[in-house]
Amino acid sequence: MQLTGAQALIKSLEMEQVEVIFGLPGGAILPVYDPLLDSTIRHILVRHEQGAGHAAEGYAHVTGRPGVAMVTSGPAATNIVTALADAYMDSIPLVVITGQVGTSLIGTDAFQEADTTGITMSVTKHNWLITDASQIPTVVREAFHVATTGRPGPVLIDLPKDVSNQTMEWYWPESVDLPGYKPTLKGHPKMIQEAAKLISKALRPVLYVGGGVLRAGATKELLALAEHCRIPVVTTLMARGAFPDENPLCLGMPGMHGNYTAVTSMQKSDLLITLGARFDDRVTGNVAGFAPYAKVIHVDIDPAELGKIRNPDVPIVGDLKLVIPELTREIKKLKVDIKTQLEPWIAELNTWREKYPLSYNQDPGGRPLKPQYVIERLRQMAPPDTIVVSGVGQHQMWASQFWKFNHPNTWVNSGGLGTMGFAVPAALGAKVGRPDKVVWAIDGDGCFQMTAQELVTATAERIPIKVAILNNAYLGMVRQWQEMFYDQRYSEVYLSPDLPDYVKWAEAMGCVGIRVDSADEVEVAIEKANSINDRPVVIDFRTDTWEKVFPMVPAGKTNDEIVIGPQEMEKK
Amino acid sequence: MTFSSSVVPMGGNRANLEAKHHVLSVLVENKSGVLARIAQLFSRRGYNIYSLSVAPTEDERFSRVTIVVDVESAPLEQITKQLHKLINVLKISEINAAQAVEYELLMGSISTSSETRSELIELVRIFDGKIVDVGFDKLTVMLAGTPKMLDDFEALLGAYPIVEIQRTGRVALQKLDRSAPTRARSKSGKAS
Ligand SMILES: Cc1ncc(C[n+]2csc(CCOP(=O)(O)OP(=O)(O)O)c2C)c(N)n1
Ligand SMILES: [Mg+2]
Repeated sequence: MQLTGAQALIKSLEMEQVEVIFGLPGGAILPVYDPLLDSTIRHILVRHEQGAGHAAEGYAHVTGRPGVAMVTSGPAATNIVTALADAYMDSIPLVVITGQVGTSLIGTDAFQEADTTGITMSVTKHNWLITDASQIPTVVREAFHVATTGRPGPVLIDLPKDVSNQTMEWYWPESVDLPGYKPTLKGHPKMIQEAAKLISKALRPVLYVGGGVLRAGATKELLALAEHCRIPVVTTLMARGAFPDENPLCLGMPGMHGNYTAVTSMQKSDLLITLGARFDDRVTGNVAGFAPYAKVIHVDIDPAELGKIRNPDVPIVGDLKLVIPELTREIKKLKVDIKTQLEPWIAELNTWREKYPLSYNQDPGGRPLKPQYVIERLRQMAPPDTIVVSGVGQHQMWASQFWKFNHPNTWVNSGGLGTMGFAVPAALGAKVGRPDKVVWAIDGDGCFQMTAQELVTATAERIPIKVAILNNAYLGMVRQWQEMFYDQRYSEVYLSPDLPDYVKWAEAMGCVGIRVDSADEVEVAIEKANSINDRPVVIDFRTDTWEKVFPMVPAGKTNDEIVIGPQEMEKK
Repeated sequence: MTFSSSVVPMGGNRANLEAKHHVLSVLVENKSGVLARIAQLFSRRGYNIYSLSVAPTEDERFSRVTIVVDVESAPLEQITKQLHKLINVLKISEINAAQAVEYELLMGSISTSSETRSELIELVRIFDGKIVDVGFDKLTVMLAGTPKMLDDFEALLGAYPIVEIQRTGRVALQKLDRSAPTRARSKSGKAS
């Protein structure tokens, strides 16, 4: 069967069972948009290519399947670089297809030419420039394989226009042949035994759980391990939901804005059982003073993570889905009563939990409206498996702190890159992936202004997401740092509460817009939002400008220097 | 070889340099862009390349990249692990200078006068080098040797007006096993 390169690409995507592409056409990718008309694949026309990338990420986050985006050459390719970098940092499987100028024009500074493979080399797991239509099925097959196996990540296929127009004899490769790519899946048995021994002897162990557990789909395995040994668990920003918050063993989020108990448990720990986490500086604080008494077991599918920041006593390369059950089996073999052994440790943790809970003070008069109160009310009024997507800033930290995540893949955020503007498009993608679930974007006013136009996409495509803007009239997180570390010298952080008018803006984009100024309006507004299912809803919550995120480990300090919030200080 | 250890190496710090340097022999797929990926990885992760050479292997599907890295810039283990993550990288062997045969090529064009010409030719002869081009008042000389030999040679050339000197960066192979095979066949006999 003879196909054009463009037809071969679409057919290859169908072979990979792609159900949706987020994209926006243009000159160099035009040939591919034609056979797309005849395909079963749904295309969602975004309003900016960055949005296509983040939407594909949101989709991948909640489905565990690769997100696919397709854009044209030059400016469109550069527009999607942020999303690639974001996905690379958070190990999100993406396949991005970019158009490229014709092969004879490459290198001539042709119209809308950019060196896309060069530009994206450091933010993709791998990329391909196709030079002949016959390569298309092989490259697509390889691309999906690389994106989804081992440590997942984004890949990019650059497709010159003339290659799309060439004809080729259709085939579908039986298998992938990448001699230099063979991820290690099975953990080394000796190392797993070593790990089990350390665990059986530890008196203050902590399961330090990162996003890798979600990527590996190993949440059940984690639960079994933790419950068997009764070892407490901290879930990093990327791992919220990997272990249920409602489980008494869950200590919540560690790190710069982690809660006191989670942070301190690691500082006092004698054994960190690190599963798919990477000792990010936002978790460790000053790394020299991080978890000073702890031995480290580090399990990761990416060998380069082992020893990158902290030298592990027991390094294990492998897929958590396989390694965790092996580890549990080895521990059981040792027949040590770990539970009893850990009782004093759990008791100590519980006293901290009681003494230093997360807290805030909502004035009963209703004003100023506290952002944490909004998040708690949203949560109480939402189904338990609601998907929460956030932007980057104070609102992100509060969302992570005050939501209760009891289901995997219900928390979608930009952890590694910290990309403002992530929330709206990612929420859109998440809703496309899980139309059965309620999707709330908890966004900042600053973030919202970066990518809000994707609500036009959401309305046009009937993707009824809900957006809660925690509108504190500021680039709040930056304002907080200026307040605390720059003598309250506020430099370029004020945004205004009512410019733009978020309600009118929402309405202009075909959404329902609601404004909330006081705590006693919160419930009615959320009720109304929850009742709407045929279009997106935006609630403009006018929240307290001066609220700060606590606890906080100031940048460069060790985690022992954690600063707790004013409410906890009062109780002390 | 006739040259003696009394020859002063350039700057006298080769030993220091060697301690910081490590040789990685990297087998890669012979595809366009592979060198860019390697170079890019080094710069992005803040590692230093001291020298680098690339050429196809006996099997045309693969190329061998010999990289001398400045290991003070990052732990070698982290560098090799990151390199391994490149999809086109098949195999990385770390070659310990003490257990390797290392060679490098130097070419230099030197201005000569009637007095210095024969002296220079003599120097090239002592080092077992070659005169590869002759001009009216210049000679182009060539020497293949260990990096240390090349340093010495280069230092001595410094006495003459140098027009241009180029070095290739080294290539290296693991030293061969010299022990006679014992009763059981040793596995070290296999190329690994
Ligand atoms: C694209 C991008 N630009 C700048 C920053 C730096 N930054 C981090 S948080 C923040 C403020 C975010 O403001 P807003 O969305 O209103 O959230 P808030 O902190 O007020 O909740 C800024 C500017 C960033 N993370 N991303
Ligand atoms: Mg704000």
